Amino acid sequence: MIRKIAVLGGITKSGVRETLRMVEIYPGEIVAVVGPTGSGKSQLISDIEYWADGDTPSRRQIQINDQVPAEFAVETSLRRLVAEISQNMNFVIDMSVRDFLLLHAESRHIENALEVAKAVVDCANQLTGEPLMMDDSLTALSGGQSRALMVADVALLSNAPIVLVDEIENAGINRLSALRLLAGRGKVVLVVTHDPLLALLADKRIVMQNGGMAKLLTASPSEKALAGRLQKIDAVLCELRERIRLGGELTPEAIKEVTWPDAQRVSA
Amino acid sequence: MRLVIVAGPPATGKTSVMLHTLRHILTDKIRVAVCKIDCLETSDHSTYRRLSLPVMVGLSDYICPDHFYVSNLEEIFAWGEKQQAEILVVETAGLCHRCAPGIKGCLSICVVDNLSGIDTPKKVGPVLTTADVVVVTKGDIVSQAEREVFRRRIEMVNPAAHVLEINGLTGQGALRLKKVVLASPSIEGVEGRELRYPMPSAVCSYCNGETVIGSRYQMGNVKKIVYREVSND
Ligand SMILES: Nc1nc2c(ncn2[C@@H]2O[C@H](COP(=O)(O)OP(=O)(O)OP(=O)(O)O)[C@@H](O)[C@H]2O)c(=O)[nH]1
Ligand SMILES: Nc1ncnc2c1ncn2[C@@H]1O[C@H](COP(=O)(O)OP(=O)(O)OP(=O)(O)O)[C@@H](O)[C@H]1O
Ligand SMILES: [Mg+2]
Ligand SMILES: [Mg+2]
Repeated sequence: MIRKIAVLGGITKSGVRETLRMVEIYPGEIVAVVGPTGSGKSQLISDIEYWADGDTPSRRQIQINDQVPAEFAVETSLRRLVAEISQNMNFVIDMSVRDFLLLHAESRHIENALEVAKAVVDCANQLTGEPLMMDDSLTALSGGQSRALMVADVALLSNAPIVLVDEIENAGINRLSALRLLAGRGKVVLVVTHDPLLALLADKRIVMQNGGMAKLLTASPSEKALAGRLQKIDAVLCELRERIRLGGELTPEAIKEVTWPDAQRVSA
Repeated sequence: MRLVIVAGPPATGKTSVMLHTLRHILTDKIRVAVCKIDCLETSDHSTYRRLSLPVMVGLSDYICPDHFYVSNLEEIFAWGEKQQAEILVVETAGLCHRCAPGIKGCLSICVVDNLSGIDTPKKVGPVLTTADVVVVTKGDIVSQAEREVFRRRIEMVNPAAHVLEINGLTGQGALRLKKVVLASPSIEGVEGRELRYPMPSAVCSYCNGETVIGSRYQMGNVKKIVYREVSND
């Protein structure tokens, strides 16, 4: 049972100690990782995926229940505790969707592999536009289809207690449903994001700067309230996006039809 | 002296991985020498020299590089001893995948990368199946699921191997390889030691420089293809 994951601070890109010396994350929490491009967001989640022990460029150390990972479990079990959606938008491996999912299930010691594989494909198809098939070649999938499959694979097949997500907002899939799917109950979730809504949905956020963890913010009640309003604005934008996607046109009337939440307050 | 053999398909990251690993080893003030065996050309020596190490290059030219490597191991070993190296790394350009340079009793490392295709672990053959350590590079370019699937394929063909994922660009993972290298056995010499896998006999007219095609021009150990129909299903 995971009770706590701790990230012990290492060094920044300039080689000096990073500001935050320790960040603790508990099951059930969603932590957003924000910061400019190149600030080390991906490195931070890759440190967790790798169970860094002072041996990555950031020199961070990851602890689990106050133990070093090697004391907590053997390497193979440690690997299975983490599921990661990395920033890569496409698959490189040349296999069919079916073979890939079956082999991935095997590597994670999953029993009813074929059933799970089917569920993954169904789930991916709910997230994406044009459906993907079991017999499709992975490399032929579009960027959005690939991301949808990666999300479904992490959510249903890997089903790990620690979930790491590196930017899902740019894939053309519904990022809120994707996050809901990934952040199952009682999981430790880290989400790298540039999206204000996703950042506000998180309980805490780590601000990255020059490779180091510079600040830890906790979402205040007023921020949480803002999230509600942002969600409404987002729903409006999503609706408009769907119209464009399906070949519709946006006239001033089309925008009037959708009801803007708190119109004055937002523009104020 | 510890003799460490590093092999694997071209451009998988052998030099990058060893550069990071040796950098960690050098911080312990351990003396290291490197020998690169290649076919026609290499620039690896200048890369290794960045660590201010003694480096030697052997180019096999018109001879099969793996046969060239075995025929020169005693000399390479003697050179390493002359440099007073405690660790001698031999990086070889595995070319035809039919040979494996591993030696019984010495650490054998095979480097493959996540981009080389899902069937590569099966195709690479003895160089991978006889290795003690399989290093997988370029994990930064693929998804975690792909890395897991690729690793599974490696474990299927070499269940005993210690599989290490190393990023050849950042060096992430190289400290783990350093530990394995330092734990490897030291040997007194290579004479009388055995290869882990026999090298194929390749003594035909083309080995000797023949360029003309046709049975009339072929001598020595010639193997003819066994033709069989392959059905399309
Ligand atoms: N993205 C990425 N590139 C890598 C990685 N490892 C190596 N490379 C790149 O791959 C290329 C080949 O790396 P080398 O270390 O020269 O490979 P090698 O196996 O020694 O090559 P040969 O000696 O020529 O057979 C270089 O451009 C490296 O920068 C990695 O983990 N990720
Ligand atoms: N603490 C650190 N020490 C040394 N190098 C680091 C550190 N943090 C990050 N790096 C390196 O800096 C580079 C950029 O980092 P990273 O890819 O994590 O940025 P990012 O915030 O994810 O950027 P993007 O928004 O473009 O995805 C990488 O090569 C990474 O290995
Ligand atoms: Mg990134
Ligand atoms: Mg090289």
